[in-house]
Amino acid sequence: MPTPKPRQPVPGTTIFDGEQARKGYALNKMCYSFNDAANRRAFVENEDAYCAKYGLNAQQREAIRNRNVLQLIEAGGNAYYLAKFAGIFGLDMQDIGAQQTGLTKDQFKAKLLAAARG
Amino acid sequence: MAKIVGTITTSHVPAIGGAIAKGLQNDPYWKPFFDGFPPVREWLAKVKPDVIVLVYNDHGLNFFLDKMPTFAVGAASEYRNADEGWGIPTVPPFRGDPELSWHLIEQLVGEDFDLTTCQEMVVDHAFTLPMALCWPDMKWPVRTIPVCVNTVQGPLPSAARCYRLGQAIGRAIASWPGDERVVVMGTGGLSHQLDGERAGFINKDFDLRFMDSMVSEPAWATKYSTTELVELSGTQGVELLNWVVARGTLPEKVNKKHANYHIPISNTASGLMVLEPQA
Repeated sequence: MPTPKPRQPVPGTTIFDGEQARKGYALNKMCYSFNDAANRRAFVENEDAYCAKYGLNAQQREAIRNRNVLQLIEAGGNAYYLAKFAGIFGLDMQDIGAQQTGLTKDQFKAKLLAAARG
Repeated sequence: MAKIVGTITTSHVPAIGGAIAKGLQNDPYWKPFFDGFPPVREWLAKVKPDVIVLVYNDHGLNFFLDKMPTFAVGAASEYRNADEGWGIPTVPPFRGDPELSWHLIEQLVGEDFDLTTCQEMVVDHAFTLPMALCWPDMKWPVRTIPVCVNTVQGPLPSAARCYRLGQAIGRAIASWPGDERVVVMGTGGLSHQLDGERAGFINKDFDLRFMDSMVSEPAWATKYSTTELVELSGTQGVELLNWVVARGTLPEKVNKKHANYHIPISNTASGLMVLEPQA
């Protein structure tokens, strides 16, 4: 029998597959609701009640409380949905990238520019 | 017979919407990106399409994870944009072409592509921003048909499957008795990764090789699995599957009319190409 391929073979990367989709369903469903401005306001007004309404588990609730993207991914969050959560706080993708890589935003931007030099 | 007069493939980063809203086209950060588009508009003015078939991926506006079609085709008379949660302004609605949509659906299902058909569909930035880059006045002079590919939740359709879908779209349009001129757009990519410790990953060598392959070796990307494409181009770079569909609609031999490549726009290596079938 060949050795089975690892489910997540790319370092530093959680491919959003069926297992993640199941794990993160409630969390992503809450983030999907943030397409609606009234829902974004309701979250800001009472975060506990809003998370409870969507049935977040303890890990997801903690990751939301911490505004921590790596923890949110670990809890099943999908990048496209988490972006809607980040939007509530006016965070852009470079803020998010900096947080996940442990860099300042300026350092993260410099890393992107370095990629242009190949 | 309807005719595909060319393809436009481009990135679709949400921040482009913010830059358009703020009028930053000549800002030093944005200029190298926006400067890619006047030649596209000149080309469009020349080829005068009647219909745009726009291949893209939805980011959680029309589809949630409760129902996730691998391939979905719009069959509505109108498509509207809506709030995606981060405050980029919405754009005016797009006219559909239900007759041609249903012809596409008949032909594609006839070729064993199991589609989801959408008589109501909202379209997100991956559809609206490339249109706004082509027609900045947002008075859309074309009818549109959205073709949505799942690049969000694995398992994703393989690049080989996406290429074959494109080929089938090409045949379907060629078999339409009308005299429409059709441009196929494919949006997304190129290399970028928003999530994980690997966030900020960009692969210029891969992107440039991929763009070359779009011209001279159209099936090149189909040798990779979707996991390999994530490894090479990032978790969201895999949106290049939409380019692969668009390329599949053209014959093997094409002429490159225009290309642009710039790093970075937000976290993304932005690519742009205009291809025409060789006569």
